[in-house]
Amino acid sequence: MVVTGLGVLAPNGHGLDAFERALRAGESGIRFVPELAELKFGCQVGGIPQGVDQIQGRYLSDEELYAMNPNMVYAAIAAIDAWTDSGLPRVAADAEPDWSTGAVLGTGIGGIDTIAEKLAPKTDAGKVARLGSTMVEQIMSSGNSARVAGLLGLGNQVTTNSSACNTGTEAVVDAFLRIREGRAERMLAGGSEGHSKYIWAGFDAMKVLNRSKNDAPAEASRPMSASAAGFIPGSGAGVLMLESLDSARARGARIYAELLGGHVNCGGHRQGGSMTAPNPVSVQRCIRGAVAMAGIRPSEIDLINGHLTATFADPHEVENWRAALELTPETLPLIQSTKSLIGHALGAAGGIECVASVLQLGRGFAHGSLNCDDLHPELARFAARVVHQTRDLPELRVVAKASFGFGDVNGCVIFRKFSE
Amino acid sequence: MSMSEQQVFEKVVSIIKPFAKAPEALAAASMETSILKDLKVNSARLVDVVLEIEDAFEIEVKDEDADKVKTIGDAVKLILAAQA
Repeated sequence: MVVTGLGVLAPNGHGLDAFERALRAGESGIRFVPELAELKFGCQVGGIPQGVDQIQGRYLSDEELYAMNPNMVYAAIAAIDAWTDSGLPRVAADAEPDWSTGAVLGTGIGGIDTIAEKLAPKTDAGKVARLGSTMVEQIMSSGNSARVAGLLGLGNQVTTNSSACNTGTEAVVDAFLRIREGRAERMLAGGSEGHSKYIWAGFDAMKVLNRSKNDAPAEASRPMSASAAGFIPGSGAGVLMLESLDSARARGARIYAELLGGHVNCGGHRQGGSMTAPNPVSVQRCIRGAVAMAGIRPSEIDLINGHLTATFADPHEVENWRAALELTPETLPLIQSTKSLIGHALGAAGGIECVASVLQLGRGFAHGSLNCDDLHPELARFAARVVHQTRDLPELRVVAKASFGFGDVNGCVIFRKFSE
Repeated sequence: MSMSEQQVFEKVVSIIKPFAKAPEALAAASMETSILKDLKVNSARLVDVVLEIEDAFEIEVKDEDADKVKTIGDAVKLILAAQA
């Protein structure tokens, strides 16, 4: 199983080159959002892809955009980019669909902005007849993948998964298993999430967002920091083209990395787990499951792209990695948090961060994590393993990526640099 | 002030434009042009075209009348009748 295409629309860059530049330079995509201040949100900063109004016209017609909310637009841009990057020709509008290619494109919250801004007000005002034809396709959970299917002419399974913050990583595992079963040759996999006050309000109300850095947005997302005070909401999309090695070889595709293994599970809200806290036993089982499927020794992992959101859970997560891999703090792989740069893109997080993981493998570097110079005291023994400054790592071979979500759900995937 | 048939025709064409997937057919549109077959408008979007027409001409279109609209000419005649 290999990765032959990548597409990313992140708060700190659109496209692989811009995203790589931002990751290498430690460029934060977190900005002050005036609307959140006007509405008295505690957290008034967030991660929103920039310049989409100018970008989207290159990808989508007016007719298509008429029926798309940001969640769908982000998914479409990243999926089209991943398709193009994989070197596949576009399926003509009057041609048969590509029966061998499908998509698992997840979202966490989906089209709630459309519900809140259009569907609910008009319905409550007795104006159902004024809703137009585009409500269902924008609010159905599968809205993002359904639109991508039409844009690209996908003829295999097309679906949207949803497992909160684990969504994007779960999509990669699900797509992986479908190809491994022989039911598809290629699958687009990843996730998308729009940005909306309605998506972010619930998290703000839970007091799980950092409210202390509204005047310093780039310092607001602080995973692994002693001064971490909650995550920063983000948005965007990240999509990978997964492909059987046979298919990739047959068409001479450029190969970024192998996807060696993946695992998903749930902690069942037991053993310390809950709707919002991870069961450490299940986290460790998930990591071990991915490593076992990958057929590698834990010591072969060079870099962990953690879930690491900047909540109380970060120190527990790092300890779970150590325990699952049965390593010492000194021998833990290098560890980083992409969320320190872009915030937590919810259903898109796993997709964007899998793209970051594969991109680093393909281009030989490990990006630094922002805002953890004041490392959390419980992480002091791991200090040497935290990547603070971006470094070139041409010898980078294996990256482990995990996501953990509300509902006590977990996902982990293992990528390895490809060599013949 | 009522609009001429030509003015209504041009306005209807501009309303349909964002939904039409056959721009060359739109450029050559006449009263006989089929909105679905010739202009390749997605049939689901006819609902939106009718809403836009209602707003633009400040009229109300009954569902049974909307169902009868097949060509640009059908829409123009319906609008002129409603304005009369």
